[in-house]
Amino acid sequence: METEVKLTKLASCAGCGAKVGAGTLVHLLEGFRTHSDPRLLVGYDKSDDASVYYLDENTALVQTTDFFPPIVDDPFLYGQIAAANAISDVYAMGGEPKLALNILCLPESMTAEMVQELLRGGYDKAYEAGAIITGGHTIHGAEPIYGLAVSGFVHPKKVLTNSGAKPGDVLMLTKPLGVGVLTTAAKAGLVADAVMQRIYRQMATLNKTARDIMVKYRVHSCTDVTGFALLGHSFEMAQGSGCTIHIQSKNVPFHQEAWEFADMGFLPAGTYRNRDYAESGVTVRGGVSRTMQDLLYDPQTSGGLLMAVDAADAESCLKELQDSIPHAAAIGYVTDRQENWIILE
Amino acid sequence: MKVIDARGLSCPEPVVLLRSVMESNEDAYQIIVDNHASRENTTRYAQHQGYQVAVAENGGEWTLTFTK
Repeated sequence: METEVKLTKLASCAGCGAKVGAGTLVHLLEGFRTHSDPRLLVGYDKSDDASVYYLDENTALVQTTDFFPPIVDDPFLYGQIAAANAISDVYAMGGEPKLALNILCLPESMTAEMVQELLRGGYDKAYEAGAIITGGHTIHGAEPIYGLAVSGFVHPKKVLTNSGAKPGDVLMLTKPLGVGVLTTAAKAGLVADAVMQRIYRQMATLNKTARDIMVKYRVHSCTDVTGFALLGHSFEMAQGSGCTIHIQSKNVPFHQEAWEFADMGFLPAGTYRNRDYAESGVTVRGGVSRTMQDLLYDPQTSGGLLMAVDAADAESCLKELQDSIPHAAAIGYVTDRQENWIILE
Repeated sequence: MKVIDARGLSCPEPVVLLRSVMESNEDAYQIIVDNHASRENTTRYAQHQGYQVAVAENGGEWTLTFTK
């Protein structure tokens, strides 16, 4: 008789919480020999979401990959979430995904039906994104891993890096925080099923709508909020842009249920890695509680877009975003460099 | 005083263990953890339950004493 395998039990880390810390990556990549190519518009030097390579005056190639162990037991949902998360990096550069390759690692204990459901989830999201999965690579291993390598296109003059924010810009975030906390508490069986279904749906939601709206406005910088959390990704944007980012914590959307679990210490280890990475760049002003700070360092899986929108376009951009994405919010603003990279209020 | 050995466990297991042990609602507990996240998470849980927290470090391990 077949025993049902719980996917998340096969994983030692959940979702983007499995991501290696940003500080660690910077050191690992130091000192390698690489070709210098003026057509490489975005390389790894600014810790961006994807690389961008100039092809002709109308087209640049966007490339990225992302994969992680199961964050949910339902293989179809896992496939959808992993694919939505991988594709998101193309949206975060302002691009449109076109081609994708599966990256898959399977333990012996996964049945053929589960693998097929997982892949169905990936294909479902790629289809919704307008991208074609053209192949991939599968190996056996101890833990399941799934994700995509995605290629897309963007106009070379409309590339949205994470280093283009300008003083005066308004910062907007398109998905609420708290996913890391809730998936951690769910591992302990403490979160209501209806809440987790909402979280899974959020993670499986493409950032396509947010991207399609964003490109209609004067947006100077964009990234997606994933494993390094809102503060980690904001830290990268602030440093890359040479500006200070002000985050108004009272305006940051989060899942209300995450608050209590964060206060109780159901925080993924990634929260602390993110704090270690970004804390020196964050000045806290006024009373921002420890629990609120924990949520701002909470690693997200398939999180929303964080965009720096020209002040003149902010109101209309936010309105259009909120018409389609009710949780989208203006969460802060950008100024000239002040005493630290991030001022958290 | 009950002593909980949470070494070798990763999040959220130390908090889950502490939560079940604390159901006995005693005035003091001790937990031994071996990583930063477990130390912080069990501190948060104990404070949430109304305990004071004292920490002693010993070569990469921490002994946390929770008292009411």
